[in-house]
Amino acid sequence: MSGTSASEYIWKCTSACAGCSSSLILRHVLKAAGPDTVLVVPACCTSVLQGVWPNTSFNIPVYNVAFAAAAAVASGMAAAFESMGRTTNVIAYAGDGGTVDIGIQALSGALERGTNFLYICYDNEAYGNTGMQRSGSTPLGARTTTTPGGKTHVKKDLDRIIAAHHLPYMATACSAYPQDLVKKVQKALSIKGPKFMHILAPCPPGWRYDASQTIEVGKMAVKTGIWAMYEREYDSLTLSGPTKAAMIKPAPLEDYLKMQGRFSSISEDAIRVIRGEIERNLRLLKAEAEGTC
Amino acid sequence: MLTVSTGNNAVAAAVRQANPAVVAAYPITPQTEIVEQIANYVTNGSLKSKYIPVESEHSAMAACIGASITGVRTFTATSSHGLLYMHEMVNWAAGARLPIVMANVNRALGPGWNVWAEHTDALQTRDTGWLQVYVSTVQEAYDATLMAFRIAEDRRVYLPVMINLDGFALSHISQQLEESEVGDFIPPLVLDHAIQTDAPAGYGCMTSSADYFRIRYDIERSMRDSVQVIKETEEAFAQTFGRKYSWTEEYRCEDADVLILAMGTLGKEAEVAVDILRNEGVKAGSMRVRWIRPFPELNLGDRELVVIDRNYSFGFGGILATSIRAKTGKECYNVIAGLGGQEVTYHDIAGFVRDRRIGEEFWFGVDA
Repeated sequence: MSGTSASEYIWKCTSACAGCSSSLILRHVLKAAGPDTVLVVPACCTSVLQGVWPNTSFNIPVYNVAFAAAAAVASGMAAAFESMGRTTNVIAYAGDGGTVDIGIQALSGALERGTNFLYICYDNEAYGNTGMQRSGSTPLGARTTTTPGGKTHVKKDLDRIIAAHHLPYMATACSAYPQDLVKKVQKALSIKGPKFMHILAPCPPGWRYDASQTIEVGKMAVKTGIWAMYEREYDSLTLSGPTKAAMIKPAPLEDYLKMQGRFSSISEDAIRVIRGEIERNLRLLKAEAEGTC
Repeated sequence: MLTVSTGNNAVAAAVRQANPAVVAAYPITPQTEIVEQIANYVTNGSLKSKYIPVESEHSAMAACIGASITGVRTFTATSSHGLLYMHEMVNWAAGARLPIVMANVNRALGPGWNVWAEHTDALQTRDTGWLQVYVSTVQEAYDATLMAFRIAEDRRVYLPVMINLDGFALSHISQQLEESEVGDFIPPLVLDHAIQTDAPAGYGCMTSSADYFRIRYDIERSMRDSVQVIKETEEAFAQTFGRKYSWTEEYRCEDADVLILAMGTLGKEAEVAVDILRNEGVKAGSMRVRWIRPFPELNLGDRELVVIDRNYSFGFGGILATSIRAKTGKECYNVIAGLGGQEVTYHDIAGFVRDRRIGEEFWFGVDA
């Protein structure tokens, strides 16, 4: 991809599942960031696909930490690099469980303190590496191993929680739109201070679709509007192209739900609630983008 | 320079001398004064550290871990529930072989809610791979903090060190303090396994059982090697600053028939009790245990032992007494005293010796 490093920072033959979109995201993130980068990874799929010591599938230093600690460890690293006058990129790369649930306190603290780092939440909407248990990011009606009848609560609105910290830069992205993702990572890393990206990461075994469909599922999430893509620089919001298109002519939500086995038992009531959530979210984003809210 | 200082301010003054690159801390009673004073130093420019005012103790230790792995000097301080809240990362710091220095102001654990001295907080982390020293005076709090950096950062050790001082009984009392220019007593930190972006590696990643086992064994080997490093550091400290410390601080032990063993301020009080007992013709001595990890070789001979524990392992016994029994095979009279800041005077301690019943356990003020 133009404008990114030709080097690879994830070697072939990782232990990622077939069709894993979070490893695809990470490949692009690291290419956008370049070699002077340290990755902080809490317990999540990424700590698994990194491999077993003494081997590693990553071509940059990766610091693995306990589940709740990624943002705080990154805070310490950023402060240490600053004390040494080094400009090394500090990127925390955490799943949704480590971000919206157990790690949110450390993340909130790091953002509030103005930590100079990029925190990326790759969101596969469940605890992926332990076999798909419910997280706060799991959508309503989705089956997981701890919500066998379908989740009874709506997905936590992480982005508005993050936005309330009034940080210099935050963005949402999706693994199915890598050029958009790379541009956002590069922009984030060009800004000093706390940056946050929330990236949808469809997961074939967890969402129960065929591994060949990873890109299609991601695109359909954006086309239906269930996943919205935008950037927010302080309080100024810019919608990304595919989401603008979805606002004009959304794809049917049912098409997205039907692609995935996890929604096979979803009720009509739950679909109505999700549709309402999508409409409300897009309405608010549009108003923000137009400066009318 | 001679001043009057609290135990907390003595720790902060030593940290200023050691000049860590990063301090990450959360305030908790009775440790608060340490982080307040460090914040003052950073604000008035007399300490050049990056001070990270974290949102929790879990994050305090996590931030120290993140900073330390880049190869810079780090410090934090905590107490009681703060230490328990960071317990996960306390393990992580030792497992990652990071020379983090932390002061822990010993305090009871709720419920009931109690902010006064007890050692159970620190002793709950005694199996984490941290070195632990217990101090008894303001001067010793200062001196042990300086030595902690040199010990932790020695490549034969590369393990974190915890300095323990009794809440309020030492943290908030004022005594004379001699502050010293440290000069080259603490050499610049060289961390062999610091993160290098031009030599990528995975840190803390998944390991096989065999490799995990070897890593644990390496921690134990370094813990054993730390015995020599502590001895060398205490000797170098005595030569540089003229103040001498050793594994146990012994008082009138040479000809003693009965020894009082305790940690922290109660160990210091025991010295006065020894004088009282000697006046009564009881040949008593005091042996204050400073380091609980690594645990010292104790030269106890065939003397009777009165062990005072300001801590307890429920269902088993006082932790110092348990350790002494396990290490030496000798029985003792185990007095549980001072929990939750219970007042224990040197007269009380003399009484424990007079009434000793070797082989038994006694809860001071509670036991009938």
